[in-house]
Amino acid sequence: MFELFGVSAGLLGLFVAFGVLIGILFGFFGMGGSFLVTPALLVMGYPSRVAVGSGLAFVFGTSVIATLKHRDLGQVDYKLGVSMIIGTTVGLEVGKEIVLYLETLGLAGNIISVTYVLLLGGIGLFVTYEALNRGDGDSDGGVSHDVDADADIDADDIPEIAKKIQSYSLPPMITLRGGIQVSLWMVLLVAFVTGLLSGFLGVGGGFIRMPALFYLIGVPVPIAVGTDLFEIMFSGGIGSFLYAQSGGVDLSIVVPLLAGSALGARVGSAATSIVNEDEIKIYFGLMLLLGALAVAVRQAGDYLGMGVLDYVSLALILGSALMVSGAVLYSAVKSIRAPASAGSMAD
Amino acid sequence: MFGIETLTGNVQAAVLVGIVLTEAMVLYVGYGAMTRALGPSVKKAIGGE
Repeated sequence: MFELFGVSAGLLGLFVAFGVLIGILFGFFGMGGSFLVTPALLVMGYPSRVAVGSGLAFVFGTSVIATLKHRDLGQVDYKLGVSMIIGTTVGLEVGKEIVLYLETLGLAGNIISVTYVLLLGGIGLFVTYEALNRGDGDSDGGVSHDVDADADIDADDIPEIAKKIQSYSLPPMITLRGGIQVSLWMVLLVAFVTGLLSGFLGVGGGFIRMPALFYLIGVPVPIAVGTDLFEIMFSGGIGSFLYAQSGGVDLSIVVPLLAGSALGARVGSAATSIVNEDEIKIYFGLMLLLGALAVAVRQAGDYLGMGVLDYVSLALILGSALMVSGAVLYSAVKSIRAPASAGSMAD
Repeated sequence: MFGIETLTGNVQAAVLVGIVLTEAMVLYVGYGAMTRALGPSVKKAIGGE
């Protein structure tokens, strides 16, 4: 059978196809990499070190591509990004220390899984609820994906919690893209909390940080996505370097996955300008809920000693990812075919 | 693979990260050029024109 880099053509094709799927999600939402790749590699039988290390290297490569794309569109706020990196790094360290402490008590696995399920499920419920409650497609309370990054943001588009956080004028104040003024301490605090959760749960944290940037700081969605990717680029780069030192990065996994995801990310990010965001948010919320269910199923499998539940968990994760990326593609094709919107589809 | 097995520790790790970074840049430029060349035709084909 044909082999490349010691890997069969079939497996390479599978990695490329899987990469396309993840790339669509990553390009559209700016998140969804690590929580899909690592569990899939673990179930395929790769050692934890290789699954996590290769997952991180893949997320690093994908975020480089996606950040370059968002930079071209003016959707990266570097000032916010650097402030977030500082707060997140401290939070990551504290999160890691909590995990180490819980490990000495023998409680780490269970507490992490329960927190993961509650957090993922909670955010999923919140996103779905929000999207369903403004299903009429108008912009009330929402922010369009193709907003002008340098235009001042409409006060109605800022979530209530973000308005409250912006009202604390503890110096130094910083001005973000969209004319938002917020205390640097608030940005560092949000970054610290998201970093802490990310370090505690052992995930990239895009699914925590992107909603936090929008709902807590009031950053418009496209800039929240672009800035989050900028930050993931650094954390992914450092993380993959650390794992690569102990042989945890397998290029026969990363290279084909990245080749697929770069193509998928093109499709996903192109879809952001033509797809109704609220429509997709419902699917995205459902994907998070199914992700929470998948973790719960895996944990139940570990507890009951039923290995088959690992496969059920993986099927749930892959199925939900396929459903959401399919919904993005379907909505994009529908929008292109709709004659009424034909004039607004130019790149 | 890629002849980097002989390198050790930090050097090998830096080369691995460098390979991923290089692949990402090449893919970004390559797919970008492909999108510019084929994008309009694909859009027309999907739109049924």
